[in-house]
Amino acid sequence: MGKSTVTTKDDAQALFHSLRSAYSSTPTHLKIIDLYVLFAVFTALIQVGYMAIVGSFPFNSFLSGVLSCVGTAVLAVCLRIQVNKENKEFKDLPPERAFADFVLCNLVLHLVIMNFLG
Amino acid sequence: MVSKSDTMKPTHQPDLSSKPPLPFSFKSFKLKTKQQELLIRVSILCLVYILAFITRLFSVLRYESMIHEFDPYFNYRTTLYLTEKGFYEFWNWFDSESWYPLGRIIGGTLYPGLMVTAALIYWILLFLRFTVHIREVCVLTAPFFASNTTIVAYLFGKEVWDTGAGLVAAALIAICPGYISRSVAGSYDNEGVAIFALLLTFYLFVKAVNTGSLAWALGSAFGYFYMVSAWGGYVFIINLIPLYVLVLLVVGRYSMRLYVAYNCMYIVGMLLAMQIRFVGFQHVQSGEHMAAMGVFFLIQVFYFLAWVKHLLNDTKLFQALLRIGVTSAVGVGAIALGLGTASGYISPWTGRFYSLLDPTYAKDHIPIIASVSEHQPTAWSSFMFDFHILLFLFPAGLYFCFKRLSDATIFIVMYGLTSMYFAGVMVRLILVATPAVCLISAIAVSATIKNLTQIIRGKTGQTVSAKGTSTAKGSSKQQASVDQSIPFLKNGATILLFGAFYLLSRYAIHCTWVTSEAYSSPSIVLAARGAHGQRVIFDDYREAYFWLRQNTPSDAKIMSWWDYGYQITAMGNRTVIVDNNTWNNTHIATVGRAMSSYEDEAYEIMRSLDVDYVLVVFGGVTGYSSDDINKFLWMVRIGGGVFPVIKEPDYLVNGEYRVDKGAAPKMLNCLMYKLCYYRFGELTTEYGKPPGYDRARGVEIGNKDVKLEYLEEAFTTSNWIVRIYKVKPPTNRW
Repeated sequence: MGKSTVTTKDDAQALFHSLRSAYSSTPTHLKIIDLYVLFAVFTALIQVGYMAIVGSFPFNSFLSGVLSCVGTAVLAVCLRIQVNKENKEFKDLPPERAFADFVLCNLVLHLVIMNFLG
Repeated sequence: MVSKSDTMKPTHQPDLSSKPPLPFSFKSFKLKTKQQELLIRVSILCLVYILAFITRLFSVLRYESMIHEFDPYFNYRTTLYLTEKGFYEFWNWFDSESWYPLGRIIGGTLYPGLMVTAALIYWILLFLRFTVHIREVCVLTAPFFASNTTIVAYLFGKEVWDTGAGLVAAALIAICPGYISRSVAGSYDNEGVAIFALLLTFYLFVKAVNTGSLAWALGSAFGYFYMVSAWGGYVFIINLIPLYVLVLLVVGRYSMRLYVAYNCMYIVGMLLAMQIRFVGFQHVQSGEHMAAMGVFFLIQVFYFLAWVKHLLNDTKLFQALLRIGVTSAVGVGAIALGLGTASGYISPWTGRFYSLLDPTYAKDHIPIIASVSEHQPTAWSSFMFDFHILLFLFPAGLYFCFKRLSDATIFIVMYGLTSMYFAGVMVRLILVATPAVCLISAIAVSATIKNLTQIIRGKTGQTVSAKGTSTAKGSSKQQASVDQSIPFLKNGATILLFGAFYLLSRYAIHCTWVTSEAYSSPSIVLAARGAHGQRVIFDDYREAYFWLRQNTPSDAKIMSWWDYGYQITAMGNRTVIVDNNTWNNTHIATVGRAMSSYEDEAYEIMRSLDVDYVLVVFGGVTGYSSDDINKFLWMVRIGGGVFPVIKEPDYLVNGEYRVDKGAAPKMLNCLMYKLCYYRFGELTTEYGKPPGYDRARGVEIGNKDVKLEYLEEAFTTSNWIVRIYKVKPPTNRW
């Protein structure tokens, strides 16, 4: 029992280290997107925590807040996928087009959210 | 005949497209054949577009430009309101004319897509200075959208297979009876635009999966929004797409494109759908929508794991992570779902949803769903009736799809299989299966004919192998090798080709026949053949509704069975107790109870509901079989479901339902029987039969001497189909 916990701990440590070393070689613009995604997810978590304390009374406001963050994060991840040079699937998609799509989706998302905010 | 040539033409088209790579020396001709091919394709599409429209006009030509059936009358009434009062009034409309004394908040309890679409078309036409009546727009909305559906079917077929399959799909769906049944001119119902929206959403989603582009996914989200605004069947989309994603994950076809398409479509589509008030928060609260959310989280986990794996490049470490990651993700998801359900935050599945998964559920638990004829399980004959040869081509198409598996074909296969299951559960869901069946059959037709023409052209042209490389590799190479061994191959192929053309032409003939005979009757005006073969028109419904409109006080309350509620409010402009929006079961059960009680008890109930007039539909004189006497057992069942005073066995004799002398005494004296057969005993309906002979049931009635105490006959239409009674005021107490 004790042995297995030790190995998982070791594993986790090794994992963490190798992850950090692998991540450091990512291009800077992808790192920026990652930060953006992290920020959005973090904001969503704060809102969920706040809802747990205060209650979800204007439910549409809560939903639009959280979905705004989740939507932003997901769209940013999509952008990250599309502009990443390592992804062979998106070779013939120019980054300008990807960014234009991203802006368009965000525009629609936030227009709807503004309508939904109440 | 037009349709026949349409279904045949696309089959010539693929060999044109396969030509260009072959003659290298005729470079000048290359462009020309391409242009020719384009010209033929566009003209076929135009023809199909027009054909889809005109094949739905039988009812307008035979009767007149009018709205059909029951639900469309409500849609028509709301559209009229929308065009007269504007959008805000429509959105906040509280309707006091239905569900008296409760009323109904129309704006919050309907899918506004259809009405807004028709009103937009109307306003655009007005802007272009075409002064049409809104009724004409409503009547022609469904055929117009059917035409648009053919274009979407073409694009979808092109995306899934090739242009040939797309053209065949467009031609098949243009005249497929399964779709025509819900989209003839005058059937102004949600399904008319919803099938267009459904197919558009699927097409755009598949396109998004194929390209991995956010813009297409956004388009798909908008298609989904339109679908949600138009029809409750959107639940099918929000469950099919996650299922598809799940299947792709399980079979190891996960890709970044899928991630982009699903996430964008889900988040934006969900937000857009929440703007429809009738749907509201269901996407995060009801059990039917939870699958989509679960798959959304799952795909995030999947993406994250794939990303980490990519970063690590080390399988051993990754497996350790996988163990931790997957167990915790599944655990958290299960706990969240359990908590949500237990705390009542996530509502359990609704009865309608259950009845789809378990066809026997409605019969035992919800009589009001089981009582509707279009909710019955489908018979084989109606499959044959609605699909004809597509029923046989469907498995063949599935074979071709499995032979050339791609993300798109997996989608169409899943759509076909699930919708076929639902079509088997409920008659009216044949409609949802129709586009899938048409597309898959189109693949079968297109692929078969392509192969056959290749065989035939193979010998007249040059070598077969040179051709085989140009198009579908595997199949034609196989044929090339078979070519040497099998004699009469060419003749056989020719015969098969003619066989295919014969089948397709039979299909076109069948479709036209079905449309003209079965699906083009308005059901508000009845037609029958007279003794000399001439057509007799029964226009009793409208006669009765216009009588109500002109001869009753404007605040009169009409009690009838819920089937006629929408028509009475739309055409008679009078308040009804219950209507086809069956939202309040107790209220309907009260009406059912009144109809199945003795007259004095019924009088009490009617007084308590402020009823001024009672309307019954009676087919005993004309032989019209879907009248209130035949629906009566459902009234008893629904009434008895809420009020145990009403017991079904009281109305039956040895489990048999009859109205003649041997009928149960309660049956012979209940309100419905009395109202239907009042003074009927004096009437001779058929030569050589005793007076009081009921032609709809073919018996002589049991109670010819009906006396009414609390009601009096107010109006009976010329063929006795609709009978209206006035409820007398209470008598003086001294």
